[in-house]
Amino acid sequence: MSSQKLKAGSAHLIGRDAIAAKGYWQTYRLLLLRRLVQITTLGLFLLGPVAGVWLLKGNLSSSQILEAVPLSDPFVYLQTLIAGHRGETTMLIGAAIVAVFYLLVGGRSYCSWVCPINPVTDLSGWLGRRLGIGRKVSISRWLRYWILALSLLLPAITGMVVWELVNPVSLLHRGIIFGMGMGWYFIGAIFLFDLFVLPKGWCGHICPMGAFYSLVGKFSPLRVKASKRDACNDCMDCFAVCPEPQVIKPALKGKEKGVGPVILSPNCTNCGRCIDICSVNVFEYGSRVANLMENQP
Amino acid sequence: MSEREANNRNKDGRNRRQFLTDSARGLCSMGLISVGLVSYGRQAQSHAPEAIRPPGALPEHEFLSACLRCGLCVEDCPYDTLKLAQLTDPVANGTPYFVARDVPCEMCEDIPCVGACPSGALDKSLDNIDDARMGLAVLIDRETCLNVLGLRCDVCYRVCPLIEDAITLKLERNPRTGSHALFIPTVHSDHCTGCGKCEAACVLDEAAIKVLPIDLAKGSLGKHYRLGWEEKEKAGHSLMPDLIKLPTRLPESSQ
Repeated sequence: MSSQKLKAGSAHLIGRDAIAAKGYWQTYRLLLLRRLVQITTLGLFLLGPVAGVWLLKGNLSSSQILEAVPLSDPFVYLQTLIAGHRGETTMLIGAAIVAVFYLLVGGRSYCSWVCPINPVTDLSGWLGRRLGIGRKVSISRWLRYWILALSLLLPAITGMVVWELVNPVSLLHRGIIFGMGMGWYFIGAIFLFDLFVLPKGWCGHICPMGAFYSLVGKFSPLRVKASKRDACNDCMDCFAVCPEPQVIKPALKGKEKGVGPVILSPNCTNCGRCIDICSVNVFEYGSRVANLMENQP
Repeated sequence: MSEREANNRNKDGRNRRQFLTDSARGLCSMGLISVGLVSYGRQAQSHAPEAIRPPGALPEHEFLSACLRCGLCVEDCPYDTLKLAQLTDPVANGTPYFVARDVPCEMCEDIPCVGACPSGALDKSLDNIDDARMGLAVLIDRETCLNVLGLRCDVCYRVCPLIEDAITLKLERNPRTGSHALFIPTVHSDHCTGCGKCEAACVLDEAAIKVLPIDLAKGSLGKHYRLGWEEKEKAGHSLMPDLIKLPTRLPESSQ
């Protein structure tokens, strides 16, 4: 796991081995599926204002399915609650539905499968790897939890929902549906920050929404597991494409230390890039209880 | 083996140092970010007076903590009156508002915007749109208003959904001609909903009648203040039992 190996890993074209072994489709299918889900989600929201078909109404902060089932973002809901607003029951039910859903499928699945910022930072990351731009600064990945604490503490002190004034996730999604204006510059700034200052900077270090969802999915049953970790050939491609590479190591390389093959870190976004990019199919989706089975004598 | 222990200790030492550095960094960035966020938040609390909140909106401070910025009110507004504030608009980012001069509120009887609100930022207890108080129309410029100049424009009065209640024409003598009347558009705050139809319809290049936030538009009497004639009516008689008899102060010669 030395840095030399990392360098050697990124020197060759990422995914070349996988394409050679499995073909393009098998190497990119989860990525394509993820883009499809992202586009479909956005498309369903846009269908109303554009075509007058109201399957999904509102935006990611709060919405309605077929004008009947309420959905609310639990993070946004929590902020208003802490700011002192005793909301309608609709909002509570909506937030509960969303929270339970992500509790089941993995909290940060929101980040990789739904969040509109994800394609922006993914593109930035891809471009950065292509151009060979390394990190210029080092920021702790814990910073997002500090900012999460801040975004939940400040409403209690000031009575203002401050994070939603700047939250680029809701800003972008709202902007695409209702008009973006100068908001594009903000999104552009995040793209450039990720590209030139800190790769995976926004989603992996700063975003308190991701931090919040990581806590929602702390005990999610759906996980990625390195089932065939014995077959790993140390090509490092999974580390290169993973938005949260630190989560892979314990599961992939932890056999000698008695660590199970399931990626248990709540910051794994269940994006499945590691599953696709691995030429020897080490990874697969599975359940977190797989670790218990493994550890049984 | 001992080498390994030393390594571990080194690693622990480095980790502790890193933890402290990270914490210090975190605290510093937290301080900076909170100062930024709170000052931006404070600024966002005072919005441009021409930006009017939808009917039933809670008082601005509460509204900002309640609104989810989901846009359901905007999507349910049949007249495209409402819009969501964009990043550099003079209104808190993402919150719904309208500009009366552009598109006024049509005062739908079923108030769909309020019905759509999932958070209660638009108060569901508003069931009659005539009770909405989005703002208050004010005849803000008496120098250009055609009616005040002595002409019969009357447009603001005619378009008012609560004509004769929210806006009346108050007759005054026209001192310029000496023989005509001025029909002064006069807004009554106990009926005006702040829908802004008058402002939108004003025929001037810049409207002489404008909807303002109520706290900007209204004065307020001191709580101790009593109006004599109202008190008299309430009591049924004058509150001063005997009229004070004043001494005559005419010069003696004319008495």
